[in-house]
Amino acid sequence: MPKMDAELAQRLLSTMWRIRAFEERVAQLKRTMQVHGLIHLSIGGEGVAAGVCGQLRDDDAVYSGHRAHGHAIAKGAPLTGMMAELMGRVDGLCHGLGGSMHVVDREHGMLGATGVVGGNLPMAAGDALAAKLGGTDRVAVVFFGDGAVQAGHFHETVNLAALWELPLIFVCENNGFAEFTPRSAHTKVASVCDVVAPYDFERATVEGSDVGAVWTGFGKFLKLARRGGGPFLLECRTHRRAGHYEGDAQEYRDELAEQEWAQRDPLARFQVQALAAGLIDEPTALEIEAQARAAVEAAVESARKSPFPTAELAAELVYA
Amino acid sequence: MSPDVETTFVQAIAQTLAIAMRADERVIVLGEDVAEGGPYRATAGLSEEFGRERVRNTPISECAVCGVAIGAAQAGMRPVVEIMYIDFITLALDQLVNQAAKAHFMSGGQLSVPLVLRTQGGASGRGGAQHSQSLESWLTHIPGLKVVMPSCAADAAGLLLSAIADPNPVVFVENKALYFKSERAPQVASPIAIGEAKTLRRGDDITIVATSRMVGEALRAAERLAGEGIEAEVIDPRTLVPLDTAALGDSVSRTGRAVIAHEAVRFGGFGAELAAQIQELAFDSLEAPIQRVGAPFTPVPLSPQLEDAYRPGADDIYAAARFAMEWDLPETQLQAERQLQPATSAAGQL
Repeated sequence: MPKMDAELAQRLLSTMWRIRAFEERVAQLKRTMQVHGLIHLSIGGEGVAAGVCGQLRDDDAVYSGHRAHGHAIAKGAPLTGMMAELMGRVDGLCHGLGGSMHVVDREHGMLGATGVVGGNLPMAAGDALAAKLGGTDRVAVVFFGDGAVQAGHFHETVNLAALWELPLIFVCENNGFAEFTPRSAHTKVASVCDVVAPYDFERATVEGSDVGAVWTGFGKFLKLARRGGGPFLLECRTHRRAGHYEGDAQEYRDELAEQEWAQRDPLARFQVQALAAGLIDEPTALEIEAQARAAVEAAVESARKSPFPTAELAAELVYA
Repeated sequence: MSPDVETTFVQAIAQTLAIAMRADERVIVLGEDVAEGGPYRATAGLSEEFGRERVRNTPISECAVCGVAIGAAQAGMRPVVEIMYIDFITLALDQLVNQAAKAHFMSGGQLSVPLVLRTQGGASGRGGAQHSQSLESWLTHIPGLKVVMPSCAADAAGLLLSAIADPNPVVFVENKALYFKSERAPQVASPIAIGEAKTLRRGDDITIVATSRMVGEALRAAERLAGEGIEAEVIDPRTLVPLDTAALGDSVSRTGRAVIAHEAVRFGGFGAELAAQIQELAFDSLEAPIQRVGAPFTPVPLSPQLEDAYRPGADDIYAAARFAMEWDLPETQLQAERQLQPATSAAGQL
């Protein structure tokens, strides 16, 4: 674990608990049809969201894919607006017009999730180009899964970002599955870092369930990107505890043994580390979890009071 | 209004881009070979004046280039991206249709995409089936996109200024056959509002609605009809989305007859939408079935004789107008009934 103070440790733990509590609640709400649409949970991936977004500013752009709740929350999106959005309510971040796969929180630099796998890769590069042309030290970060790497837009974007030396950090969450099938059924290339090797930009593979490793790996690239370097690739090995979507029967894989999951659960792992390092004590850890669950519950209550958007509002928002 | 000068469509595009870039440093131009002026010289002189950062050559990566432009637009730039041939827009459609068109809506209005995608279509010069298509109707079917299709240098300049200033993604469809003929246009363009049709010729007998290259063909057909005592009104919608339906409805309500002309394949073309709009607005005034002129239901052929025959023109518009004018004559009616026999195949009816 990297050197960190108690304040940072608590902040990371809090972010991860907010994501975990949010998604566990969303899974429950999905079963009773209170959240709508296709729901892709990132349980098991909280370490990546917290370790990356925790170092970014509001003016840094984050683009994500269909499994985006964690990235949005870690970037600062309010739980109330997030929950109302998933519940299709007018007080959602996107007035209920976007939903789980299209969460945007411009104020906090969450520029978008997308339902098209890898579809946000070139847009993130465009944001990085704007940052570069504007002479700022802003950076753009794009999250994607290993399933996106086999798509043409990934290769086009990597080439452009490398050619133009854009301040863009690719963050791949490699959970070993593209929807229902394992990586080995999609490609002969073992690691995503190998895929981009010919472009010769800096890249690293870290254990995604170790938020400290993510923090360190990403922090190094971020520092360089702020000084005009780029692009970079951080490949995070993660474990997707949930199915591809909520309701996925997951017949395609064996469940992890509970013991193995405990080792790959970023929350359990970090909590043990932080306790051992004396950065946190047991009551504080429990309090952080309780606060996160209470905040999520308050978000659900607040969202339930929000009306559904009108057809008039939808019609108004087709054009700017 | 600035005085008119001699120019060409493609010069008007290049000059207007320069005007927009001088006025607003957020305007950037991206595309294959744009810094070299492009194959049709539509970006000639820009990299010399504005440098290769703002006039940016790209790899042959239509999808990523379109996506980069969207991301830059969302971050506050005003990108003008060139897709060299509309045929290649197929490669950028995910970005255009799934991302650019929907970003404002899906974000509940938080994001906007002030992007202009310039491209050109049309059959001319024996380009073959993959460099000659007219695919604009696809784009009109996507809420969130605007589709502009000018027919002359002056309109191209004025509409391009408006497109660049527009907070929405605008697809700007040019026609290569219009690029190099000499025209007159204002020396300094001023913006033309997106969504306003232009009436190029007044007439009370029949309305011809034509887009892009077919506007000139419609005017030629109208001259020939005038020689036979038929006064045609010629309207160029100029923008397909948003569409100035009022202008079409008003005209056909007065004339009672309409011919629609575009270069795209007739079946499923934008003419079908125009016809539907006109009949909704002017049904009680119609004295003949609305006629549509367009290309046959085949890919664009290469062979010179075949390409020439493929491209619809003034003769087709003239024939369609005569047919509509003669609709209520008994002989024509019989002829029409013969024509209305069910087609044996999709291609057969075209």
